[in-house]
Amino acid sequence: MTKNALTDALISSAIALALSVFMIGFRTTDAPGGLVLTYKIPLVISIVAVVFLGRLFLNLFWWRRPSSTKTKNRYFDILQVRWASGGISLHGITLLLAFALPLLLFVLNAKMNLGLPLRYWFDIATLVLTYIMLGWGLNIVVGMAGLLDLGYVAFYAIGAYSYALLAQHFGLSFWVCLPLAGLLAAVWGVALGFPVLRLRGDYLAIVTLAFGEIIRIVLLNWYQFTGGPDGLSGIPRPSFFGLPFKRYGDNTFHIFMGLEYSTLHRILFLYYLILILALLTYFVTNKMRRLPIGRAWEALREDEIACRSLGINTVNTKLTAFATGAMFGGLAGSFFATRQGFISPESFTFIESAIILAIVVLGGLGSQLGVVIASVVMIGGFELLRNMSWLKLLFGEDFDPSLYRMLLFGLAMVAIMVWKPRGFISSREPTILLKEKTQ
Amino acid sequence: MSDQLSWQIDPVLDVQNLTLAFGGLVAIDDLCFQSARREITAIIGPNGAGKTTVFNCLTGFYKPDRGVIALRHDDGNQYHLERMAEFRINNRASVARTFQNIRLFTGMSVLENLLVAQHQKLMKASGMTIGALLGLGGYRSREKQAIELAMHWLETTDLHYRADDLAGDLPYGDQRRLEIARAMCTQPLLLCLDEPAAGLNPKESNMLSQLLLNIKSQEKIAILLIEHDMSVVMEISDHIVVIDYGRKISDGTPMQIRNDPKVIAAYLGVDETREAVK
Amino acid sequence: MEYFAQQMINGVTLGSVYGLIAIGYTMVYGIIGMINFAHGDIFMVSAFVSLIVFIALLSIGITWIPLALLIVLIVSMAVTSVYGWTVERLAYRPLRASFRLAPLITAIGMSIVLQNYVQIVQGARVKPLPPVITGSYTLMEKDGFTVQISNMQIAIIVTTFILMIAFSALISKTSLGRCQRACEQDRTMAALLGINVDRTISLTFIMGAGLASVAGLMYLLYYGVIDFYIGFVVGIKAFTAAVLGGIGSLPGAMLGGLIIGLVETFWSAYFAIGYKDVAAFSILIIVLIFLPSGLLGKPEVEKI
Repeated sequence: MTKNALTDALISSAIALALSVFMIGFRTTDAPGGLVLTYKIPLVISIVAVVFLGRLFLNLFWWRRPSSTKTKNRYFDILQVRWASGGISLHGITLLLAFALPLLLFVLNAKMNLGLPLRYWFDIATLVLTYIMLGWGLNIVVGMAGLLDLGYVAFYAIGAYSYALLAQHFGLSFWVCLPLAGLLAAVWGVALGFPVLRLRGDYLAIVTLAFGEIIRIVLLNWYQFTGGPDGLSGIPRPSFFGLPFKRYGDNTFHIFMGLEYSTLHRILFLYYLILILALLTYFVTNKMRRLPIGRAWEALREDEIACRSLGINTVNTKLTAFATGAMFGGLAGSFFATRQGFISPESFTFIESAIILAIVVLGGLGSQLGVVIASVVMIGGFELLRNMSWLKLLFGEDFDPSLYRMLLFGLAMVAIMVWKPRGFISSREPTILLKEKTQ
Repeated sequence: MSDQLSWQIDPVLDVQNLTLAFGGLVAIDDLCFQSARREITAIIGPNGAGKTTVFNCLTGFYKPDRGVIALRHDDGNQYHLERMAEFRINNRASVARTFQNIRLFTGMSVLENLLVAQHQKLMKASGMTIGALLGLGGYRSREKQAIELAMHWLETTDLHYRADDLAGDLPYGDQRRLEIARAMCTQPLLLCLDEPAAGLNPKESNMLSQLLLNIKSQEKIAILLIEHDMSVVMEISDHIVVIDYGRKISDGTPMQIRNDPKVIAAYLGVDETREAVK
Repeated sequence: MEYFAQQMINGVTLGSVYGLIAIGYTMVYGIIGMINFAHGDIFMVSAFVSLIVFIALLSIGITWIPLALLIVLIVSMAVTSVYGWTVERLAYRPLRASFRLAPLITAIGMSIVLQNYVQIVQGARVKPLPPVITGSYTLMEKDGFTVQISNMQIAIIVTTFILMIAFSALISKTSLGRCQRACEQDRTMAALLGINVDRTISLTFIMGAGLASVAGLMYLLYYGVIDFYIGFVVGIKAFTAAVLGGIGSLPGAMLGGLIIGLVETFWSAYFAIGYKDVAAFSILIIVLIFLPSGLLGKPEVEKI
């Protein structure tokens, strides 16, 4: 046993050595006359030592313990049951929390003197909600209809640019542009989906990826129309039913409400705006799931041939899924544009699609609660990691923690998937029950 | 059965000169047969004779190279199935089928499976989704009717107590019956069953025979059956079509088929006779 | 005409690089049916390893280029293979029995990890390398326009050609190739027949990484600049090539690579360079609309 553990640890450290000796041990740096190498041999030695000792420890002590996997890892499924059951449901609590969050933070901040940067916290909450909305939108396509879409960010981009361009060229207000942007995204969803939706599985995945990239490249190159890499700036901010959030002016929000001017008003307004948009997504999706179209989506995911034998027009069914998902992506996109006030193709890269897809899969395909959990963990959690400046104390001044954020993000994606391959929530709630649940 | 050629007098399904080749392999060769309402027509033949291929042509999954598949409705309309897309064959021409290797929506509940089968009807009732989303009325009651139809078939197939279970969790025999119930929920005029008794134990196949006889007597539909279990075939079918190498070698009542030397030859593989057939 | 011929040569060179990487995608897809998103980043890592080893060799006085390149190739192949193996072991093997999307997500995760890892340990700036293989032949000369093929281009095309032949032989003649094909057909049955499936899959990743490392070295020498992002840019093109050729088919991957390389080069030469990727992706979409399983892929027949 000990001998095996030792061999295993030796092999592991040999691998660690092979992985790190060149990539970490030598660093290429610019110097006059070309690149030169700087050496970081001690780092390599310490990495190898850590791997050796860690592996040895794991072998000798940790993996020998009897595993008790049967009982653990059930929390999320219990959550799901609570989420679905009536009564004082998780729904209500989550909803209440979402609505009361700003108030809660205000009160906490004032009472406990925490000195929280409120603006920062609201921004994070808004960001998380945006991803929840996007996740719910993509969930229709991937989770329910089973169509792997790697280019979802294209619709997000279409929504954002639609709003920005409509507002700039025609002077339309946010509330007019919002449905238009959703509609445009849906139309694009149909236009892009129509020729390719008969492709199967991974072929569809690469084609959607290609579409996402095409849209981004066009945005990047069509300088006259989209501003190219410079993007579009000065996108009109939303108003509160016609009342702008401005410091000066006659008919502004704070004057109308009789409040002191604060930049937080707009931030809070945006928070509630995305909350309402996300809730719209949630309720519409949830309702659709219980309608024939939703059942047809899920049936399509289960067995396409059986669907066709039952008279379901699979092309139309797929197209509606694609268009509905695209529409919510478009709505989220317009919100993004109005929140940022500036958009450029850089915000709509493949990595965004990958993150949204990761949220859907990590949450558990088809599960709406899963999307919430995954967004909070992956977006909220890692947004907080941006502030890891305390690590500078540990690793020195030239240590840039934001670099490590994406590294950790990737590692977390791998680790969560290995830990729970079916996502946080893997159980499915039937869309109709003959008998009410007795419990 | 007063007339022994009932299927020729008033056929619901009329297949003429059906031919389909995969590359050089002729899977169906100039096949003609008819099938009548309120009758069970069995298609039998050795493995690889082309039975499932016939079904796939009937239900639109394959397009035949040649031939006519005509389905006559009561209102006098005639549908040419060889020209229709597979989903229209179900929802316009009212043909339903089951599959040799069961194709249920295993991750969905039994009841949901049966509601998906009523998609077309319910989709209209829901105002193509938009109506129901906006809260326009009418959908609830239509859904209730759909559930009633589903429950009717679950009771007929003796699965009503499992309505809320996952289809994939049912035992094999129940899954076979559920697939028939699902096909019946589309309210077909022609029901095509691809080896419904495969893998069933004697008790279950007995139950299946009863179910099919029950459907035959209750509903005004034609049933087309592919089956290897001769006891089931002989017991319940009114009309048997025997094919081998894609060709029809015999056609008649069970009694006629039982005594047809060509059929015996095809099944027992007597070489000289097979040559004679060709 | 001369311009056309020149672009042809450039396109075939680029296509060879894509093709070599595409083989890695297609092999992995063939054997475990997953898109190995991290493969492009494995290629990127290999380019970095090549760069580092090359500079290290120069600094210790090995300046005879052929020897240096040989050492670089061997070391880079070895190290990259370990990377390929590790990625498979950590991120894919635990999910072998899981559903389809799980390994796709870990693959994307691994891609993010590798990109950021290289960015951290080697910095985000582009790394330049002065031309190593120089010289060229003039093939045609007319009206002051010359058609040239550089020694580097010859080296790339010849190496790719040799590797392609060796590789096809490996897959069709050796017992490892037989094991791979058996695992492609039916993994469970292959395991029951005594094939070590895990080992076969690991070897597939190692082989894919090995080819990617050749591509990495060629890319480094040909373009002379690399950064941590080339894995994504080149990888996605190579993956497109694999799908275009029919994923799962080795000759398809090479053919797809050549087509993508040519389309990109010609589009850049005759039309707007900014839209060259749009051209490549559009070709993919158009081909898939008419041939849903790619150019040389086997059509998927689902038994009803």
